Amino acid sequence: MVKLDSHVPDGNISEKWSNHKFSMKLVNPANKRKYDIIVVGTGLAGASAAASLGELGYKVKAFSYHDSPRRAHSIAAQGGINAAKNYQNDSDSVFRLFYDTVKGGDFRSREANVYRLAEVSNNIIDQCVAQGVPFAREYGGTLANRSFGGAQVSRTFYARGETGQQLLLGAYGSLNRQIHLGNVKMFPRREMLDLVIVDGKAQGIMVRNLITGEVESHSAQAVILATGGYMNVYFLSTNAMNSNVTASWRAHKRGAVFANPCYTQIHPTCLPVHGENQSKLVLMSESLRNDGRIWVPKKIGDTRSPDQIPEDERDYYLERKYPAFGNLVPRDVASRNAKYVCDEGRGVNGGRAVYLDFSEAFNRIGTEGVKDKYGNLFDMYQNITGTDPYKVPMQIYPAPHYAMGGLWVDYNLMSNVPGLFVLGEANFSDHGANRLGASALMQGLADGYFVIPYTLGNYLTTEKPAKVDPKSNEFKEAENNVKENVSKLLNVNGKQTVDSIHKRLGHILIDKVGMSRSEKGLKEAINSISELREEFWKDVKIVGKGSELNQTLERAGRVSDFLELGELMAIDALNRNESCGGHFREEYQTVEGEALRRDDEYSYVAAWEFKQPGKWELNKENLEFDNIKLATRSYK
Amino acid sequence: MNGNHIHLTLNIWRQETPSSKGNFEEYKQNVSPDASILEILDEINNHLEAEGKRPIAFESDCREGICGTCGLVINGHPHGPLPKTATCQLHMRNFNDGETLYIEPFRAAAFPVIKDLIVDRSGFDKIQQAGGYVSFNTGSAPDANNILIPKQIADLALDAAECIGCGACVAACKNSSAMLFVAAKVSQFALLPQGQSERYERVQAMVKVMDENLFGSCTNTYACEAECPKGISVSNIARMNREYIVAQLKTEELAH
Repeated sequence: MVKLDSHVPDGNISEKWSNHKFSMKLVNPANKRKYDIIVVGTGLAGASAAASLGELGYKVKAFSYHDSPRRAHSIAAQGGINAAKNYQNDSDSVFRLFYDTVKGGDFRSREANVYRLAEVSNNIIDQCVAQGVPFAREYGGTLANRSFGGAQVSRTFYARGETGQQLLLGAYGSLNRQIHLGNVKMFPRREMLDLVIVDGKAQGIMVRNLITGEVESHSAQAVILATGGYMNVYFLSTNAMNSNVTASWRAHKRGAVFANPCYTQIHPTCLPVHGENQSKLVLMSESLRNDGRIWVPKKIGDTRSPDQIPEDERDYYLERKYPAFGNLVPRDVASRNAKYVCDEGRGVNGGRAVYLDFSEAFNRIGTEGVKDKYGNLFDMYQNITGTDPYKVPMQIYPAPHYAMGGLWVDYNLMSNVPGLFVLGEANFSDHGANRLGASALMQGLADGYFVIPYTLGNYLTTEKPAKVDPKSNEFKEAENNVKENVSKLLNVNGKQTVDSIHKRLGHILIDKVGMSRSEKGLKEAINSISELREEFWKDVKIVGKGSELNQTLERAGRVSDFLELGELMAIDALNRNESCGGHFREEYQTVEGEALRRDDEYSYVAAWEFKQPGKWELNKENLEFDNIKLATRSYK
Repeated sequence: MNGNHIHLTLNIWRQETPSSKGNFEEYKQNVSPDASILEILDEINNHLEAEGKRPIAFESDCREGICGTCGLVINGHPHGPLPKTATCQLHMRNFNDGETLYIEPFRAAAFPVIKDLIVDRSGFDKIQQAGGYVSFNTGSAPDANNILIPKQIADLALDAAECIGCGACVAACKNSSAMLFVAAKVSQFALLPQGQSERYERVQAMVKVMDENLFGSCTNTYACEAECPKGISVSNIARMNREYIVAQLKTEELAH
């Protein structure tokens, strides 16, 4: 068993962070340069952390598998970033953002972390504006806001449909400045393949140089992972091609517990799958649901073109089932219902797609009105599908998008392995069982700019400012481990390609550990995944050598980890005999078919400890709600 | 969505190491019009791997046209023949049955080939490290609305800031000039109040590193704007030139 202490400070929720900042010990400014810090991943969380720690005077080594930090998938976030500024005078506040986030997460997150997130959200906007991030503005020169993801206040800051790009480039600029000043050393095209633990503490990593294939040791007094989410476990997702779980997973296998892996978000407004050779799914901003109406034919097997299906033969199923929220129900509800109507055979042409129809909006605000609001999304749709959405209703289908689960961390964002910190989507911390729109960018930057610069210092005061020897036995053992794993992969020499096995894993997961899960399906998934994993290690084929740029080898390593994670996702989903947020168990629903949470038994974080492939031990962190009353989400 | 496949002949650049010679290899492929060009490369690679042959090395990540990782020269055009489209967003329905395609890496002295279609664009990062930021430490920012920026200025700055750093401008230019890339960042900060303190040092520092990294000069052919997947305007280059001239004068002034 692992002792999970959340280290949430005492006191009133609104004072916890301030008190904690004061009570934490400080590192002497002259000593800071004696500490080496490793940051893995340079997206929003990693770049902001590396830059801020560099500014404080630590010696930072930052690692990315990309050619440049600017490529990280944070760049693709479209919609915006939340903050409790209340610039719109519409009654927003830190407490309201905190409340919405805890409720949106279906009461499965840690109150104190979420409160701090809401509290520092305002500093993030200040920081990014000062960096020169060109947010949208009103004519008077003030910042513009919009309402997003069904929120009842306008608290979302944005830069066209490219908010993630602008925020990442802001953090990338700060990181570049620290590289220029010599405080951060950047190691691009390196993939972390192991964590090194010395005397029970994280003190280094092993990376593979992706150009030469060389395995390199890097030591430090602390290791920070900011390596993103694991939704590519489903093969098809909105994540970038290279997004993976490997850094987190290798740390997990060295002792870091993995929390709530079954909490996955499947986003409702994505383009449908067009064929077996598709490589990824594309998200379109859910703002489309503000004016588009979602429907399918009432009759099974109705293959008429949409303009030939009369009004009374269409089922606007979200408006029918949820009259109060209609097409604006939360992401998980919208996604699950799309699955149901397609399972019934009522999807477009009997397939897996539903219509998103703007005819009503064209009549109400005109084609120009729609173009003003959604022009770029309509163009994107036409570019990808070759169909004109001004003439034919769009087709959409849900796609795996965001991982709420991740490595377990305490209030200080430290995992159960001392010295190993985890930031951004890679940790499990703030979104509970479901993440709200425009909250991912907020969390990544909160962790990197405003949390880790404080909490890391407190940890380092317990560490001597002396170099960690990268030649110790622990480093040698990790190096051998990485080299053995690489040669094991290369020596299988079977017949199946890495992608073909990954696709099969994806099919199992989306089918049985996706939008709707059952005991029977999950048990089947556990068996099929463990069989598939065996098959992988007997029959995978990797062309080329380890001592060169070898993209197949890179993917093979990542898929080998996904094959273990996939099984844990199913195990976690099977353990959680309730429905909450993105986790919907068919056995646990109300008579009306809505998610049935079971707070008495499952109000805990499920943190899994790795024993051996296929074997994990469950540890629990109980969640207490002192500031927000547990309630059932209702969108009727 | 169209189910009819089309037949293409693809001539793809293969080069094992930076120093090896490299040549085109021909692949015949039956493709779905809904697939992107990168998905066609995925398919070819799957066949190659199944046959135990070395797959084509190429880079891509977001496949949504925003990360700037992908970038191929297709029939002589960086990112292919469609305007304002990144390689990953180029779908096969834009090609005709029976067509022949030539696919090669970005060509520029500043972007040496690493393998097959992968090039080294680290020169871009070096330029950004020299000054592509506002020097501002975390934690010291005033309230965001203390800095008022007229909407028109914010929009112009964002037009420039949309650069995805793919390098198509360099590949398109007969001189391999990186002026559009550098001008985009210089413009963003020259336009915004936050960029004013370092306005003139920034442009000098970035141009200096640009010149050191084998990027050529601008001779106003506008090929960069024509091939830019984000449509970054060459007017940014004009702005950078003005900034640079003023910067030279200011530096002289300060020296006296």
